[in-house]
Amino acid sequence: MPRSPHIITCIKQVPGSTEVEIDDNGSLIRNAVAAKMNPFDLFAIETSLRLKEQNGATVTAITMGPPRAELILREAFMMGVDEGVLLTDRRFAGSDVLATAWTISQGILSLAPYDLVICGRQTTDGDTAQVGAEMAEFLGIPHVTNVRAILSSSDESITVEVDLPGAIQVACLHFPCLITVEKDIFQPRLPSFRRKLATRDKQVKVLCLDDLPDTDEKHYGLLGSPTKVQRVYPPRRDVTKEIVHGDPQTLAERLFHELEGRKFLQ
Amino acid sequence: MSRIIIHQEHVDNFQDILQVCPFNALERKGDEIRVNAACKLCKVCTKKFPDVFELVLVEGPTVDKKAWRGVVVWVEHDGKVVHPVTYELLGKARDLAAVIDHPVYCLLVGCNVGNMPDSLFKKGADEVFVYDDHAFKDFRIEPYAAAFEHFINEIHPSTILVGGTTIGRSLAPRVAARFRTGLTADCTKLEMQPSTDLDQIRPAFGGNIMAHIRTPNHRPQFATVRYKIFNEREACDPPNHPKIHCHSIDKNKLKSAIKVLETREKPKVKSLEEADTIIVAGRGVKKKEDLEMVEDLAKLLDAELATTRPLIEAGWADPLAQIGLSGRTVKPELIITCGVSGSVQFRAGMNGSGCIIAINTDENAPIFDIAHLGVVGDLYEIIPCLIDMIKNHVNEKC
Ligand SMILES: Cc1cc2nc3c(=O)[nH]c(=O)nc-3n(C[C@H](O)[C@H](O)[C@H](O)COP(=O)(O)OP(=O)(O)OC[C@H]3O[C@@H](n4cnc5c(N)ncnc54)[C@H](O)[C@@H]3O)c2cc1C
Ligand SMILES: Cc1cc2nc3c(=O)[nH]c(=O)nc-3n(C[C@H](O)[C@H](O)[C@H](O)COP(=O)(O)OP(=O)(O)OC[C@H]3O[C@@H](n4cnc5c(N)ncnc54)[C@H](O)[C@@H]3O)c2cc1C
Repeated sequence: MPRSPHIITCIKQVPGSTEVEIDDNGSLIRNAVAAKMNPFDLFAIETSLRLKEQNGATVTAITMGPPRAELILREAFMMGVDEGVLLTDRRFAGSDVLATAWTISQGILSLAPYDLVICGRQTTDGDTAQVGAEMAEFLGIPHVTNVRAILSSSDESITVEVDLPGAIQVACLHFPCLITVEKDIFQPRLPSFRRKLATRDKQVKVLCLDDLPDTDEKHYGLLGSPTKVQRVYPPRRDVTKEIVHGDPQTLAERLFHELEGRKFLQ
Repeated sequence: MSRIIIHQEHVDNFQDILQVCPFNALERKGDEIRVNAACKLCKVCTKKFPDVFELVLVEGPTVDKKAWRGVVVWVEHDGKVVHPVTYELLGKARDLAAVIDHPVYCLLVGCNVGNMPDSLFKKGADEVFVYDDHAFKDFRIEPYAAAFEHFINEIHPSTILVGGTTIGRSLAPRVAARFRTGLTADCTKLEMQPSTDLDQIRPAFGGNIMAHIRTPNHRPQFATVRYKIFNEREACDPPNHPKIHCHSIDKNKLKSAIKVLETREKPKVKSLEEADTIIVAGRGVKKKEDLEMVEDLAKLLDAELATTRPLIEAGWADPLAQIGLSGRTVKPELIITCGVSGSVQFRAGMNGSGCIIAINTDENAPIFDIAHLGVVGDLYEIIPCLIDMIKNHVNEKC
C-alpha cells in the first residue's frame, strides 16, 4: 500500500503586535507584547488540515525559534496537526532569510520522506515573504507562491490556482513540492479545547544544530547570514498635514497636483 | 563558507559518483568531475566517497568585489508589454551605476519577446541579455531560475534589482538562495557606496520600523522594490548599435515539474480590501443621482467607489461598499472622502490608509484630523473641475 502523503507546514512565532519599540541603542524590544503565531500561518495550517481530511495525510508543523516558540506548536496541535518540530539553538540567532531557510530545510530533510511543504504568505515582523522560495531551492524541489485555491490533490501531485500579477494560473505540481498560500485561501478553524486536553502531554520534537544533517556552524545564524542589518529606526512620519482653502478652481488644481505627484494619474 | 573539493585522481567509476548527489550538482567535464551551483553542501558525497570528495572550510566569506560588475534590472512583463516597475528600476539603476561607473544591464526572459528591448534602451539600459524560448511562455520557477543562474554565471553582475511583483518575489529569493547571497525585500530607498555595497532601506513590522541593510561580503547583491516607489526617467534616444545578447541554455534545464494547465485573465472586479485607490461618498452627496459624479471620478482614477453607512441605509449602494466599524476595513494607498464627516465608526475602517484626502465644506469636520490633505470646499464645485483636469491630462498624453 502506498504511504499516505506527509505534509510539512512551516509556522513562525511573531510579536503580538507590530507596534514595536526601539531602545536607545537602536535594538528592537520584541518582548513588550506576548508573542503569537504569525497570523498568515494559520492559513497554511488550515490548508494542510483540509488536505489531511481529504486524503489522510500526516501533518507535521515545524518552527525555528526560541524555546518558547513551542507554544505555537501546541496551538497547531489544538487545530489538528499531528506532529510538532521545534528547531532551536543559540547558534541560530541572528538568522536572515538565507540562514532561516537553510535551517528549516535542514530540519525538513531530517523529517523525510515528505511530499508537500506549505508556508504562509509572509510574516508580520520580518515581512519579507522570501523564506518559502529559498527553502524550496535548498530542498531542490519546485515551488509556487501566492496560491489562492487548491483545486485537487492526489498521492502524487497537487493542482492549485496561483495569483499572478495580471492573471490566474492553474498549475499542477508533482510531489515533492512547496507552496505558499494566500490569506483567505480557507477560513482557519479555531483551536479546540477537546484537542487541547488530548494533546496536553504530546511531545514536541526538539532539534538543535548538531541534530541536523549539516553541522557546519558557519551556515547558521549570524555567520550564515549574508544580509547585515546596519540599523533599525522608526519611520519618519513625513505625512504633512495640510488644510487648504480657496475657490473651487484653485482647490481642484491643488488636488490634481497632489494626485499627479503621488502617481495616481495614469 | 565551505566548499567541496574533488580529488580527481581517486575517481574510478564516473557513473556511480555522478549519481551520488541528490541535487544533481555533479557534472562530468571531459575527464573531470565538477561541482555546480546546485550543490547544497549536504555532504552525501563526502560520506559515500570520502576518498574523492572533501569538504574544506574557508574562513569567513570574502568576495573580490572588483570581479563583479554591472547593475542589473530584471525585466518584468506579461508576454506583450514591459511592466512599468521595470522602467522605474532602470531609472534607479542608472543613478546607482553612475556612482561606481558600472554598466546597466537588463535581463529579459520570455517567449517571443520581439521588440521589447527597444523600450529598455530608451529607458536607460546599456545592454540587454535575452533568453527567448518556448519554455518561458508560462512562468515556471525551474526554467526561469535556470536562465537567471546562467546569466549570473556568465556576466558576474554586482547588483540585481527585481520588481516586487508576484513573479519577482518568487524568482528573486530562489536565485539568491542558489548563489547563497543576500536579498533585501521591498526596498524603499537605495544608495550606492563607492565600495559597490548597496545601502538598502526597507520597512518591516507592517511599516512601523525601517531597517538599513547591507550585503557586505557576497555578490551579487539582490534587492526587490515594489511598483511606484522610484521614478522613471524621461525616454532618451536609443543607441545606434544597441547591444542585445541572445543566450540559450541547456534543454535539460528548461524542464519543469510544474504543469501549467490554464492561464486566464484575472477578473477586473476587485474587492474593496484589495483596492489601491478608493473614493468614498458621504452624506455631503445629496441625491442618489449625484453619486454618478463621484463614480466618474473613481473611474478616471481606476478607483473603487465606497460609501458611509447612511448612504447604504438609504439604499443608494450595495452593503458591500460600506466602510467602517460595521462595514469593511480598508487600507488603500489613497482614499478620497467626499462629504464625509469622519465619525469614529467610519474612521475605524480606514485610518490605516496610505494617503487620506478629504473634501468637506465644514473646516471643523473630524475627518480633517486624520487627513493628509484637507480640502475645505463644496464637492459639487470641486469634483467637476477636477474631472475636467484629469480628462485633459489623459487627452494630452494620448
Ligand atoms: C526589520 C527587519 C528587516 C529584515 N529584512 C530582511 C531582508 O530584507 N532580507 C533578509 O534576508 N532578512 C531580513 N530580515 C531577517 C528576516 O526577517 C528573518 O530572517 C526571518 O527569520 C525570516 O524572514 P521573515 O520573517 O521575513 O519570513 P517570511 O519570508 O515573510 O515568511 C514566509 C513564511 O515562511 C515561513 N517561516 C518564516 N520564518 C519561519 C520560522 N522561523 N520558522 C518556521 N517557518 C518560518 C512561514 O510559513 C512564513 O509564513 C529582517 C529582519 C528584521 C527585523
Ligand atoms: C454601532 C455603530 C456602527 C456604525 N458603523 C458605521 C460604519 O461602519 N460606517 C459608517 O460610515 N458609519 C457607521 N456608523 C454611523 C456613524 O456614526 C455616522 O453616522 C456616519 O459615518 C456618518 O456618515 P457621513 O459622514 O456620510 O454623514 P454626516 O456625518 O452627516 O456627514 C456629512 C458631511 O458632509 C459634509 N458636507 C455637506 N455638504 C457638503 C458639500 N456640498 N460638499 C462637501 N461636504 C459637504 C458635512 O459638512 C458633513 O461633515 C455607525 C454608528 C454606530 C452607532
